[in-house]
Amino acid sequence: MSFKSVLPLHVAYVKIPGSESVKLQPGIEKRGCVMTQDSVKMYSLSTCSHCKSVKKLLDECTVKYEFTDVDLLKGKERQAILEDVKKFNPNCSFPTIIIGEKVIVGYKETEIKEALGLS
Amino acid sequence: MDIETLYQSLRKVQEAKGYYFNKDKDRTFELLENLITNKDRYGYMACPCRLASGDREWDKDIICPCDYREPDVEEYGSCYCNLYVSQEWNDEKIPHDYVPERRPPEKIRF
Repeated sequence: MSFKSVLPLHVAYVKIPGSESVKLQPGIEKRGCVMTQDSVKMYSLSTCSHCKSVKKLLDECTVKYEFTDVDLLKGKERQAILEDVKKFNPNCSFPTIIIGEKVIVGYKETEIKEALGLS
Repeated sequence: MDIETLYQSLRKVQEAKGYYFNKDKDRTFELLENLITNKDRYGYMACPCRLASGDREWDKDIICPCDYREPDVEEYGSCYCNLYVSQEWNDEKIPHDYVPERRPPEKIRF
């Protein structure tokens, strides 16, 4: 399964003050206490509390991730992104989180942490 | 609209029907703020946890309180957003399980 997007995505990560970002090899970075090799991408809504909870969790885990707030898109941009979302989650609900090859729908803390290799 | 005013007015009406606001007031106020955002954006209080189309008639099932609140609170003790919950949910007498989306996918307008 591939992740395709016609739009530039937001990229966010939080660095723990005092911690160091260490490049181990291309594609693998250690930030704070967390190391993750899989790419983390999320389709979200800017107004959705579950989406905010996932963003907060990923920030707290110092995981680098990309997200697209679909409600802020209009017209063809929104349509194209929704086609992408539907491939991962036929229900087109939010948040839809893609961690490597795994797709998680909703704020499921345990599943997200497992997919990130944090539990 | 002032969030505190919205909170108080909705609470009075909804508690009488057996629906309570999530006791986590930060979360409740965040959701109410997002309902106001959607009201400003679309002209109606679309559910903040769902993608609204901008067409009021099409989205009438997700205007808060949505059509799915009743079966969701009955089955899970909470609506999809965790805004409206049962007394038992607030009292933590039932598990706070993830509430799956009940809205049919064909209602998502592309």
